[in-house]
Amino acid sequence: MITVRGLAKYYGAYQAIEALDFSISRGEIVGLLGLNGAGKSTVLKILGAFLVPSAGYAEVAGCSIADNPQAVRRAIGFLPDSPPLYHEMSVDAYLAYVLRLKVGRLSRAELERQRDEALDRTALTAERHRTLGELSHGFAQRVGIAQAIIHKPPVLILDEPINGLDPVQIVEMRDLILSFRHEHTVILSSHILSEITRTCDRILILDQGQLVAQGAEAELAKSMRGDKKITATTAQDPQAAVATIKKLNGVDAVACQQNARGEYELTLQATADVRSQVAQQLVAYELLALSTAEAGLEALFMQLVSAAPRRTGEQA
Amino acid sequence: MTRSLLIVQRELRAFFGTWSGYIIAALALLIEGLLFNAFALGSQPKFSAEVLSSFFYFSSGITMVAALFLAMRLIAEEKQAGTIVLFFTSPLSERELVYGKFLSAFIFLTVMHIISLYLPVLILINGKISLGHLAAGYLGLSLIGAATLALALFCSTIASGQLIAGILATCLLVTMLIMWILAGVVEEPFKALFSYLALHNDHFNPFSQGLVNTKHIIYYLSVIIFCLESSVRVLKVRRWQG
Repeated sequence: MITVRGLAKYYGAYQAIEALDFSISRGEIVGLLGLNGAGKSTVLKILGAFLVPSAGYAEVAGCSIADNPQAVRRAIGFLPDSPPLYHEMSVDAYLAYVLRLKVGRLSRAELERQRDEALDRTALTAERHRTLGELSHGFAQRVGIAQAIIHKPPVLILDEPINGLDPVQIVEMRDLILSFRHEHTVILSSHILSEITRTCDRILILDQGQLVAQGAEAELAKSMRGDKKITATTAQDPQAAVATIKKLNGVDAVACQQNARGEYELTLQATADVRSQVAQQLVAYELLALSTAEAGLEALFMQLVSAAPRRTGEQA
Repeated sequence: MTRSLLIVQRELRAFFGTWSGYIIAALALLIEGLLFNAFALGSQPKFSAEVLSSFFYFSSGITMVAALFLAMRLIAEEKQAGTIVLFFTSPLSERELVYGKFLSAFIFLTVMHIISLYLPVLILINGKISLGHLAAGYLGLSLIGAATLALALFCSTIASGQLIAGILATCLLVTMLIMWILAGVVEEPFKALFSYLALHNDHFNPFSQGLVNTKHIIYYLSVIIFCLESSVRVLKVRRWQG
């Protein structure tokens, strides 16, 4: 449904995204994850035929963005990072306006049917006569979603849909996005890792304009080469043993710090289960606890985005 | 075309649904009435045709200022509010957007002109003027108003906000107005060029005197089309620049 090959975008001399390659299948919900300025919004604006790429090829719903932007615009619903609302209009009038803008001429009965459906799906029926300027951020964001889905586009492009929502609204928005599964192909962006993992089938991690990893959460976690986080607690200071532990086969990094109870916590990043060797080294320091956990997506994300020096003057 | 009309519809609702449209119209009509009383009628006896010419002369200035205020927000406001995204992600061409916006402001300006008709009607009742003079004058007002709208719309397209658009449009409008002064101090061929480019003097005055000449109509239409097409071009380029 979405194909991207060698996509690049420059803002003057600044390269916002470079040589991106990915594809998204029909009915998938895919998340673009990255820090602020990673290039997420630029990618979404290009897929929304809002921006023309500087290089590369992008196709949405079988239509080339460069050659047939109007067909792409017909096939998408777009929610920018801030919902595009006219504050003096009512919810009803606004949605009717957007629907006509998207599909052109249509009968009053059809307009009302599609508008009612969008209002129903976004739970806005009770607010339909309210002026947009009076709505809370949560409702405004829902109107933003309603305008994106009102013409039933096969592809939904949502830029930071949970941005600025409170915890209850986040849950509601998550459920709403999940309800689009199989009906729409969804690509959304966020810098909130936990939300992306809960909502999306697949994640694309962007850093400084480059696609540094992609896959389902489980696949990405596997790509940590079986990395483990081992935590040991001792009653006595194990500093003397740290150097030996660091030399153990499979240990990447070791950190030691004292907790509030006066105990010493040793944290190891390791590619193998070295708990028994660590226990042998720490037993002399009154080992109190020893545990292991698979390194999660958060560790991978931090590893990927902290590898390169940060860019400055970023636009997207 | 359907989408352009949709934009016209929404813009007119915004003009008539908010205070800004009414304030611009009320102020323009108030000043027009005051100027009509103070200068067009004046204290000296005049022929009706002279009064009407003076009315169109003052009205042209008010029309230009009102057009500037109406058009400076057309695109810049959408950019400021972030609603421009709606157009750029809808199957709507840049031309449909620009012409729709222009048409809406032109209709509003025409409504203002229609309301101002009571002033020349007073002359018609109390004096003797030809309907041709009246029609020519209003044609001139419509053309100079539309040209100013197109000029300010272009500034609204290139500016990031309404205020900058307003300042740019004022500078451009003043430059085009004082061209006739420049024409008086330079030699040929610049004299003829500046004189031709001046937005008001040579091109509007014949209309205010009841004369319709095709070359002046062509001048105003050229300014309108040039500014509108330049606006379309600017919006297209924006898709490349981001």
